Amino acid sequence: MRKSLARRLAILSDAAKYDASCASSGTQKRQSGTGGGLGSTEGSGICHAYAPDGRCISLLKILMTNFCIYDCAYCINRSSSNVERARFTPDEIVWLTTEFYRRNYIEGLFLSSGIIRSSDDTMAEMVKVAEDLRVKHDFRGYIHLKTIPEASPHLIEKAGLFADRLSLNIELPTDQGLSRYAPEKKPLGIRRAMGDLRLKIEEAREPTLQTKRRKKFAPAGQSTQMIVGADGANDATILGSSARLYSSYSLKRVYYSAFSPIPDASKSLPLVKPPLIREHRLYQADWLYRFYGFSVDEITEGREDGMLDLDLDPKLAWALGNRDRFPVDINTADREMLLRVPGLGQKVVKSILSARRQRRLTLEDLKRLGASLRKVKPFVTAGGWSPIKLIDRSDLRDMFAPQPEQLALF
Amino acid sequence: MRRIQVEGQGDFDEWRNAARALVAQGVWPDDVAWLSAWEDPGLFGEGEIPEMPESGPQITVPRSFAEAAEAAVCHSDENRFPLLYRLLWRLQSNRGLMQDRADRDVAELHKLVKSVRRDSHKMKAFVRFKEVGVGENGRRRFAAWFEPDHFIVARTAPFFARRFADMDWLIATPKGSASWNGDTLSIDPTPATKLRHTDEADELWRIYFSNIFNPARLKVKAMQAEMPKKYWKNLPEAALIPELIATAESRVRAMAAAQPTLPPAFHERLQAEWEGEKSREAVAPADAGAALAQEISACRRCPLHGPATQAVCGEGPLDAEIMLIGEQPGDREDLAGRPFIGPAGQVLDEGLSRAGLAREKLYLTNAVKHFKYEPRGKRRLHKRPDAGEVRHCRWWLEKEFALVRPKIVLALGATAYQALTGETRPMEEVRSMPIPIDEGRMLFVTVHPAYLLRIPEPEKQAQERARFHEDLQAVVRLHAAQAA
Repeated sequence: MRKSLARRLAILSDAAKYDASCASSGTQKRQSGTGGGLGSTEGSGICHAYAPDGRCISLLKILMTNFCIYDCAYCINRSSSNVERARFTPDEIVWLTTEFYRRNYIEGLFLSSGIIRSSDDTMAEMVKVAEDLRVKHDFRGYIHLKTIPEASPHLIEKAGLFADRLSLNIELPTDQGLSRYAPEKKPLGIRRAMGDLRLKIEEAREPTLQTKRRKKFAPAGQSTQMIVGADGANDATILGSSARLYSSYSLKRVYYSAFSPIPDASKSLPLVKPPLIREHRLYQADWLYRFYGFSVDEITEGREDGMLDLDLDPKLAWALGNRDRFPVDINTADREMLLRVPGLGQKVVKSILSARRQRRLTLEDLKRLGASLRKVKPFVTAGGWSPIKLIDRSDLRDMFAPQPEQLALF
Repeated sequence: MRRIQVEGQGDFDEWRNAARALVAQGVWPDDVAWLSAWEDPGLFGEGEIPEMPESGPQITVPRSFAEAAEAAVCHSDENRFPLLYRLLWRLQSNRGLMQDRADRDVAELHKLVKSVRRDSHKMKAFVRFKEVGVGENGRRRFAAWFEPDHFIVARTAPFFARRFADMDWLIATPKGSASWNGDTLSIDPTPATKLRHTDEADELWRIYFSNIFNPARLKVKAMQAEMPKKYWKNLPEAALIPELIATAESRVRAMAAAQPTLPPAFHERLQAEWEGEKSREAVAPADAGAALAQEISACRRCPLHGPATQAVCGEGPLDAEIMLIGEQPGDREDLAGRPFIGPAGQVLDEGLSRAGLAREKLYLTNAVKHFKYEPRGKRRLHKRPDAGEVRHCRWWLEKEFALVRPKIVLALGATAYQALTGETRPMEEVRSMPIPIDEGRMLFVTVHPAYLLRIPEPEKQAQERARFHEDLQAVVRLHAAQAA
């Protein structure tokens, strides 16, 4: 008997939740307004709900089917798993997307799929969903399609025409890890597909000679995901892979997904508590690499095992290891150095640069600009403030590390 | 003391007109009391609405203030009007004030703006439409009840008009309503009474919400920071939250405790098919060139294969008489898997066509087959391969030699020369002249086209380009002489 739509929705969203990506931002501006149609996109994305796992829900994130011919050890949908299987028809996905959208539950669709029959068959069906949404239903909301590495170029071309973002998961930070836990996946194929996507995206951004208009191809770019804690890769290896991916394929994002227990897990990958703090530190380090001018080596040089300090955020850890670079004078330091001060984010640095043209800034000013004084104080000099004694304290680390939990009588 | 009357429901023009008139009349901020009908209806009618003097001065403000003020008047804090007026007053003598975000008043203004923007953002996120039938015009009709903190309905409604153009909708709130009929967006500031519609689709949404939740990553605080409890009463999915939290731990324990199972029957069949595919892949390639390319693709002789996308093999006819050797693939070559297609490749192509050399008749390759680089933000910085890497890759270069057997070898740059001869020599000592190597084969050395792109002075670049073109022409003459 065919399972009900509700039952299949339960199965195919449960199967999709291990993909961390939820972004719906950074695409071209569209609106329905005049000429009808449904949907809009306007720069920043909107998180329509939050689940108790703290993750935002902005897209209807589902699999087309959770049947899969691959047997990746970390995956709930691997062929050797006895998880309940189901599939949607393209029409059902289109219906769910537009009806959810009309009720303002979501910003759009994130469609992924297990691989059925062949890569091309799977990709073709996913592209059909996107095409129907855009062409038949005049849907102008956000569409994120997972791409299948081995799919034919003409299908990728079409996918990029209808989708805002395309993504391909690298899954594990090293080729060795991938060949061990995802034997059917080919790292070379994944890298080539990412390279092709970058070339296609860049080509579309160049105005054509005839029209000066830009072609449309995945205007929100491409992204990927790495599973953290399934194989033995350390943080330095993971971040090195990210730097390689960002610089090589102009990825918009690398998502880190703490390896998390799945039903009917594989014997080869015992279940562990997902390393959530580690995942959080990796995101912070990723930000330092992309927006704060840090190199991966600087971020990971502090410890010999190549792991990030779980107790301290990576910027603070770097500052504590490089005290000779501090204190920084907030009234004279350049932008690059201000960005390296723990507790100063990009926005605050921008405000400092603008405000100090008007007058000399004090600690009190920093607080009003939104900086965390507790973090900033030991690392800066400001009007009326010098931290000489703090920066040399040997227990400076203890001031920031989490307090040990008090023991209770048992 | 001037007592100024405003409605105080987020109408920017109302405040601006009053404030402009007061500045024009030279009224000090300390001498103004703002009375808002919304906050204290009893006071309505007791204040005045100031009028603009006929020959008042032109009042200007920085755009950043106008934008911030427009948002801040929507705030429900009754101190917003005195604050805004004080800032307007101070701006008349201190034009740079807005740049100082650490100023007490400016910081306070930004706090209000932030809170209004957040409220407006949450309205875009948490409005939940319920379908309420079909209108006379045949359009589907939807309605939503929402409770904002501030007077943001008029400010936020255009977003819904842009997004939901093809349906009729109404958003009712205690701070006014907005509605859309496909043509006109109407705003009504009167407080609405609570709507109580139901929608069957909510049940599907709840199924989605509970299944997309991962019980192994419980982070209740993170959820509540972004979806505070005050919004929950109007969110159909929120009722599930306590249960999802309560059962999370036992669900994870059950997953951990479950015994491994035997794979389903189709898994065995699929695995057999994979085995079959592997043996099909081992089918012999079309020709010797393809076979070599396949071997090079799988090269692990040095660590450069790790960070690169792919090996870039030589390209061109296997009976080519001239073989070009560059240094290593660059960024574009690494992505596309073909040699000399990036910026340096274009310089080369230009030189070749000027010299009358058809690219498709040449065999083009590189001394090193993988791109060596250093990640720097969103870019890759080219790094020169070291002697060891060049030596490892010579293995492939020799195989290409044996396959193509060119009469002339054109080495582009020092690395190519090093790969061929094992020596490092200054370019000027070896370039622009035929050097006999084995079996009557000639080596000719010139610069790498990428070098031409790195010369900053236009004059010197033009000179060097001309020399490069001369070298290529010399190769053409050498080739002709060989043929004769």
